[in-house]
Amino acid sequence: MTAWLVRRLAASIAIVFAVVTITFVVIHLARGTPFQDGDRPLDPAVVARLHERFGLDQPLPVQYVKYVVALVRGEMGESFSQRRPVADAIADAIPNTLTLAGAALLVDFLLGLALGVYQAARARRFGDVVLGNVALFFNSMPTFWLGLVLLLVFGQWLQWFPVGGMRDVVLCPRVSDARCALDLLWHLALPALTLGLVGAAGTARFQRAAVLEVVGQDYIRTARAKGLGERRVLLVHALRNALLPLITLFGLAFPFLVTGAVLVETVFAWPGMGRLSVRAILERDYPVVTAAALAASVMVVLGNLLADLLYAVADPRIRVRGAPP
Amino acid sequence: MSVWTWLALAGAAAVALLVVEEVQRAARASSAGRRFLRHPTAAPGVFILAFFATIAVAAPLVAPYEPSRQLDIVHLQNQPPSLRFLLGTDLYSRDVWSRLIYGARLSLGIGTLAMLIAVTVGAGVGAVAGYFRRWVDAGLMRLVDVGLAMPRIFVLLIAVALWERVPLAVLVLLIGLTGWFGTSRLVRAEVLSVREREFVAAARALGAGSARVIFRHVLPNAATPVIVSAALGIGNVMLLEAGLSFLGLGVPSPASSWGSMIFDGAQLIAAAPWTAIFPGVAIALVVMALNAVADALRDAFDPRKEAA
Repeated sequence: MTAWLVRRLAASIAIVFAVVTITFVVIHLARGTPFQDGDRPLDPAVVARLHERFGLDQPLPVQYVKYVVALVRGEMGESFSQRRPVADAIADAIPNTLTLAGAALLVDFLLGLALGVYQAARARRFGDVVLGNVALFFNSMPTFWLGLVLLLVFGQWLQWFPVGGMRDVVLCPRVSDARCALDLLWHLALPALTLGLVGAAGTARFQRAAVLEVVGQDYIRTARAKGLGERRVLLVHALRNALLPLITLFGLAFPFLVTGAVLVETVFAWPGMGRLSVRAILERDYPVVTAAALAASVMVVLGNLLADLLYAVADPRIRVRGAPP
Repeated sequence: MSVWTWLALAGAAAVALLVVEEVQRAARASSAGRRFLRHPTAAPGVFILAFFATIAVAAPLVAPYEPSRQLDIVHLQNQPPSLRFLLGTDLYSRDVWSRLIYGARLSLGIGTLAMLIAVTVGAGVGAVAGYFRRWVDAGLMRLVDVGLAMPRIFVLLIAVALWERVPLAVLVLLIGLTGWFGTSRLVRAEVLSVREREFVAAARALGAGSARVIFRHVLPNAATPVIVSAALGIGNVMLLEAGLSFLGLGVPSPASSWGSMIFDGAQLIAAAPWTAIFPGVAIALVVMALNAVADALRDAFDPRKEAA
């Protein structure tokens, strides 16, 4: 187990390193300079001085080695456009993204689980077919578009929820008391619902299939033969094993939340990693872009690792040996 | 809308129905086809796909107006849906229904082309990795690990934003080349089992070279994951393209895909919601149909599975 973990960790670090390298190269191969003010060309002397200040005048391999050395020491450089350390910009954004991602995952799994089990219990009957098609429809729409529609209906027409941002800037610049926590929740509702609904639709499809597969197994027949009620068979005996695939889904949800959040955060003006990345890319803020790619790939790799570990813990039938297939 | 456009719409629906009939007739001949048809959403899925494909191909016949023509910028701005403008008009007094029809060309076209690239590369890499194993396999699969660890929209954003004004062909190529990692894993797994079968050994014993064995004997027998991931792939690409266009980095104007229509409409969603809502519905319908067909295909190729 330990040997496996060490090897997996080493592989994960190698993957993240490769992602950072590729991102670095792609960015620096691009023509043009990050330092221009819209279409107005900056004084070449100023651009040259800025290039010198941020080390952009050096050959690419030198820049790369310098970047990697700094990265190993935990330094991610200085943001071009925000004129502050990249680490600070990211440290500001990550809690916001995790708040949104956490809330979205909660909606995703709770709703998806309930729907999936309900559908499996009524498999192939009216309720299942209707819910199945509704879920498929939700699972098929662009997340940012659903965000726009929710924003229009609940933000613009009904005015139940704010139309963007994360908090009331005047009354609650930071979460200091219960009222401000409520304010945060109020702002969180629509973006979390957007991500959660699309995710829940997928989770429900997955969970329904998992329950149906377990229900066909012998031990369920045994439980029924013992005279247990259908509700107990389904919710206690079947569900426990049908929950296992959810772990995979949890691992897969990590990247979904990182990438899905790119667009949804833009729609709702949510100050998280997604919006930070998009802004950085559009402003050619190289250090922030590379750091964001680093953070995103860490999330993906971590999600996979976590899923494998949870699987091993949750399912005694699975033994993690030398190399899992 | 004149009588002619209603007729054209009915005609497109009729063509789609004919396609469904034809598919059903052909499918009933085999047991896999019958399993496909037993899926309750298979036929409606085929209908939706055939309908949108028809209006995309026959766009000039079906569309009542030219997609980029500003009909009357003073009087016909942001008109709500009506009998004359089926889906309303946008800020520039362009007919949304006509734009949607021409947008189908771009959205479906980009989806199909990018998927073809992705599936071709994915199947090729998966087959080579699974067939040769050892270091070829190890190397390619580590590459796939890296590819899967980079969020796709992120990579595309970087590429598109930094190389200003990417032409449409390059955009399609980029989307295709970032989408094959998952497929290659699936194909590799399938090839690993197929390559041990007797007919592969027989082909090799007859002196067939590696390329011939892979393309003539192994890949055709590992086609299931390729076909299913192709159907799902088109939908994924369409969602991705919509996302890129929504950030203003997708299809270059003046051409409008469904994604760029949402992007245009989003600015005015309060005043003219129809401009952003209908293209989104179109995307969701097509992606949903693709998912349904992919589900049915998966069941069709898996004899153990009963239609759910």
